[in-house]
Amino acid sequence: MAKSILSLVLNGRARDDAVADNMLLIDYLREVTGLTGTKMGCDGGECGACTVLVDDRPRLSCISLAHSVAGHRIETIEGAIRDGRMSRLQRGFHEKLGSQCGYCTPGMIMASEGLLRSNPNPDDDEIREGLSGNICRCTGYVKIIESVRDAAEEPNP
Amino acid sequence: MSEQPVTPTRAGAIGTHVPLIDGIEKVSGRAEYTADLDHHDALVGRIYRSPHSHARIIKVDVDKALALPGVIAIVTGADCDVPFGVLPIAQNEFPMARDRVRYRGEPVAAVAAVDEATAEAALGLIEMEVEELPAYYEPEKARAGGTVDLHEDRPGNLERDVHHEFGDVEAGFAAAEIIREDVFECGEVTHVQMEPNASLADYDAERDRLTLHTCTQVPYYVHLRASQCLGLDTSRVRVIKPHVGGGFGHRSETLNFEIITCILARAARGKVRMKLSREETFITHRGRPNTQIKLRIGMTKDGRMTACACETMQAGGAYGGYGIVTILYSGALLNAIYDIPAVKFDGYRVYTNTPPCGAMRGHGTVNVRYAFESLLDQMAEELDLDPFEIRRRNLLIPPMKTINDLMVESYGLPECLDWVEDASGWAERQGNLPKGKGLGLACSHYVSGAAKPVHWTGEPHAVVNLKLDFDCGVTVLTGAADIGQGSNTVLAQLVGEVLKLDLDRVSVIANDSRITPKDNGSYSSRVTFMVGNAAVEAAERLKGVLCAAAGRRLDAKPEDIECLGEVYRVKGGQDPGLSFKEVVDEALADEGSITVKGTFTVPRSHQGGRYRGAGVGPSMAYSYAAVAAQVDVDEDTGLVTMEKIWVAHDCGYALNRLACEGQVQGAVWMGLGQALSEEIRYFNGLPYGPNMLDYRVPTIVESPDIEVKLIESIDPNGPFGAKEASEGALAAVIPAIANAVNNAIGLRLNETPITPDRVVGAIVRKERDARRDRDVA
Repeated sequence: MAKSILSLVLNGRARDDAVADNMLLIDYLREVTGLTGTKMGCDGGECGACTVLVDDRPRLSCISLAHSVAGHRIETIEGAIRDGRMSRLQRGFHEKLGSQCGYCTPGMIMASEGLLRSNPNPDDDEIREGLSGNICRCTGYVKIIESVRDAAEEPNP
Repeated sequence: MSEQPVTPTRAGAIGTHVPLIDGIEKVSGRAEYTADLDHHDALVGRIYRSPHSHARIIKVDVDKALALPGVIAIVTGADCDVPFGVLPIAQNEFPMARDRVRYRGEPVAAVAAVDEATAEAALGLIEMEVEELPAYYEPEKARAGGTVDLHEDRPGNLERDVHHEFGDVEAGFAAAEIIREDVFECGEVTHVQMEPNASLADYDAERDRLTLHTCTQVPYYVHLRASQCLGLDTSRVRVIKPHVGGGFGHRSETLNFEIITCILARAARGKVRMKLSREETFITHRGRPNTQIKLRIGMTKDGRMTACACETMQAGGAYGGYGIVTILYSGALLNAIYDIPAVKFDGYRVYTNTPPCGAMRGHGTVNVRYAFESLLDQMAEELDLDPFEIRRRNLLIPPMKTINDLMVESYGLPECLDWVEDASGWAERQGNLPKGKGLGLACSHYVSGAAKPVHWTGEPHAVVNLKLDFDCGVTVLTGAADIGQGSNTVLAQLVGEVLKLDLDRVSVIANDSRITPKDNGSYSSRVTFMVGNAAVEAAERLKGVLCAAAGRRLDAKPEDIECLGEVYRVKGGQDPGLSFKEVVDEALADEGSITVKGTFTVPRSHQGGRYRGAGVGPSMAYSYAAVAAQVDVDEDTGLVTMEKIWVAHDCGYALNRLACEGQVQGAVWMGLGQALSEEIRYFNGLPYGPNMLDYRVPTIVESPDIEVKLIESIDPNGPFGAKEASEGALAAVIPAIANAVNNAIGLRLNETPITPDRVVGAIVRKERDARRDRDVA
């Protein structure tokens, strides 16, 4: 497959990579840039574990071509930490046990981040709607909702 | 001077809310799961799977595939003639099928190639010549007689039948004033752990050694089976478990893909990474079997049970796996939550041409509980007894042995019932809710570790090593598999508790067979109880070493030394004592690095009776749970909406309240998936929709608030009184929902999942029957 140069801003840093035209965004992130925090949980578009932010909005990286986000701002879970400190959502998921096995967590946190950017004070139903595409098999979601609620009450560090 | 109290603010103190010690890695994306490990020099492994449900293999032709540039190795059933299986008495599965395939999707061959595309292309070039055999997807057909049996040593496809009778069942039913019998059927369900299966095997051809990283709950079993199938001495195999994205039983036995990856790596003389798709992970299965249950209960008019008889048939899939244990659990825990003087259980585990079933959260106990608690509710209704009352009239009075020889010492079920009754507002609300809404109740229980290990090696049930060195950090070395349930956290907490140290001083290294002591793994909810007890013993020994060292420095006997964690001093003295570092320095003098060990073994008294099959069911402690569920049933669409769940779970002392709550919520929620939407169905052996859209795991939108109360019965044998917290509540949810549906619309749904089509079907049948009755009248 032919490769062409993909230019984008990943977690605040501009990058140019030679990327196959048919490469999925998740494979670009995991295999080309080495950021393995973004997870593959299904065979495409079913579970939300691969959610990243593209220009502040959640996107499933497993059903997006890498080249489809050329020129855009991409954020992954690795970019959520700033100055070595966890974001309010990361802290919320950690302290409230919104994460058990942790596999859905990166996608869940990125979807929550997208939600809070568009709606800083979501009620429980809005949290449910914002995370309706993200499956977690451990928590029963109760503590995920608490984690997001808790984070929404905190200013981002 | 009064004794300094243990400050409740000590980081990680037991009985508090403690975030997971590896939580920061998980929320930051730094936690490495098997597919995340460095694989830049690894080949891509892929599995060729049978398109046939049941067939004799005439030939597997891999020549064309091997000729494809970039294909490094291809292996088939011919490369391994050693069967495997989790139970030493039932090993009848080969990593890749040899003479016969027995289910669609069974591995037949595997390819190692330089990249995905080549591996995929190679699969397309493999040719399989077979003679088709009749296939049996339902247990009735598999048992119909005149069949081509899946396994020659199991005529009639009966893997195992169990016939247990305790007490005088005939007399029990004779003494009953009402007797009811009903049939139930539970659909097959599966784990859907979020991480698809993956293994990374590295074969060192120079040294004939193998290192396997894999997503397992049981690294020790994988180690045994991999070395067995490869004919490699166990010392030549190293198994490492990275972070694991959930298990729920799927990974509680060695799985075919793990051994295949090892065989491929050896054939390719290098490193192979195998990532299964979600579809392949569904096909690997090992979940809860389709179960048909006929249950009969006798009781007096005041609601005291006099006898019960249960006949259960499970469609086990094509291979043994944990099957024998599953069918035995169904009998062993059927009655043991209540006091019933006579019990009969007949169980049948049947081979079918579908992916093998196995252990899934609440192993073997879940479906029979649904039947039992549903029928109990039905009889309460008939006797005009409150559902709480009928259960209270049949409680155990511990300490006691149940009729099937299970020792019960702590029993918080009465308190569970009290809390759920109160919290749900049962007295005022049940029966008084708006139309279409209902409340239902059910109870359940589970083991805190199977008292009989799978391998009777004579070793302790659990071993923990602690290492203390110049850095003054305590390192817990354990083979217990943290799969997200927080086992590393609870072990660190227990060690910190005994030594009165902050969690910061304690770290855990787990699951590297070169470094950590053997552990049977994470299943049967054994880790907190068994490995926890071993950790406590190890920490007590380390404390003994430290007190002796402090005694030498302070000129006092070790037993007169008081350990305050960061300070050791003479009891009742005025001396400020020694810092932890000073005590460690003294302890290390002349000795160097200190390693101590703790072990745990379930005593004979708690290992159950002596009849055949008695090895399954015994545990040193049982958890108990009561669940109330509130549903809304739309009678036009048949849709059941969960509004709220109240659950009280007796987990003994709650060592980590946060993790216990999380486990109970997760268990309850998994049960509600089975109750309402999850089911694997097959069309000619092919699963319908093996993906996460068609297999309906509840989303956050459909999931209700789950209010948890931890009932702390304080078990006399658990570490600080703790018992299991992650499986026991699951089984109660399903009947609680079924009972709530009945309360809402007056209909008993005896099949799960309770999907809209089943509800509408039941409503239509009821209306038709009512019309017929009217017409007759």
